[in-house]
Amino acid sequence: MDALLTVARAQMRKDIPAFRPGDTVRVHVRIVEGGRERVQAFAGTVIKRSGSGSQETFTVRRVSYGVGVERTFLVHSPRLEKIEVLRRGKVRRAKLYYLRERQGKAAKVKEDK
Amino acid sequence: MKGILGKKLGMMEIFDEAGEAVPVTVIEAGPCPVVQKKTTEADGYNALQLGFGDQKPGRLNKPQAGHLAKNKVRPVRYLREIRVDDPDAYQVGQEIRVDIFQSGERVDVTGTSKGRGFTGGIQRHGFHRGPMHHGSKYHRRPGSLGAKGPARVFKGRKLPGRAGGERVTVQSLRVVRVDPERNLLLVEGSVPGIRNSLLIIKQAVKG
Repeated sequence: MDALLTVARAQMRKDIPAFRPGDTVRVHVRIVEGGRERVQAFAGTVIKRSGSGSQETFTVRRVSYGVGVERTFLVHSPRLEKIEVLRRGKVRRAKLYYLRERQGKAAKVKEDK
Repeated sequence: MKGILGKKLGMMEIFDEAGEAVPVTVIEAGPCPVVQKKTTEADGYNALQLGFGDQKPGRLNKPQAGHLAKNKVRPVRYLREIRVDDPDAYQVGQEIRVDIFQSGERVDVTGTSKGRGFTGGIQRHGFHRGPMHHGSKYHRRPGSLGAKGPARVFKGRKLPGRAGGERVTVQSLRVVRVDPERNLLLVEGSVPGIRNSLLIIKQAVKG
């Protein structure tokens, strides 16, 4: 298993800031369209982190024009330009699925100061 | 034809140059000493007998120890033959390493599949199942066993039984990465068997 870990560790990025479910982040994603590359940002609340090692993922939820949008990213993907942590949230569970049933002010996560 | 023996370490995902996550199986391949050469003149076919894995000398029985000692090879756990066109291109005692493969090449991987125990026809042979509801009581049974006339079941009828634990070859897997320093071979997709099981990796037959 050791060799597996070394391969995994070589894949992992060290420039990823620490963030947890409940935090508000802005994710800058590199997108290739027709040979041209550009960076798109996606900002929202982290509702879960899943997995471990080089395969860890996180899901960001935002409500855009009244529609809930969730995007899942690989934490260590080279496609991510950078992750900005905008706000720390105060939450009491690891998976914030309850946010999906809430609307408006009820869907807000309290800031952790 | 070139080949090497290896051990399945497990699966993971790695990122390729485009940043795409590729599912890979990590295989510890080689180094494999050439233990014996088989030639058409002496044996009727051309092949190399390769050794793989470390073994305590005491674990070998006398014939095995003698065979390895005669060819001056360290104690190995496995011995397998790989057909080659020209055995004279190799020397006995020479070590075959992962660097015979390059990333981008295609390989066939042979192993022993995971044992599934006694399973029904659906898992073992891919039978269809019956309706699970609407009053049906015919869920996962094998169905008709044949015509009434012969008054017997023909041999070879696919029925429930022991599944898995047999030799399986997966063809044309892409080599994603080769790490000669750590003797690692990363192939795209899954390979047969449990972790730590023996694998035979050969150049792909279908190119």
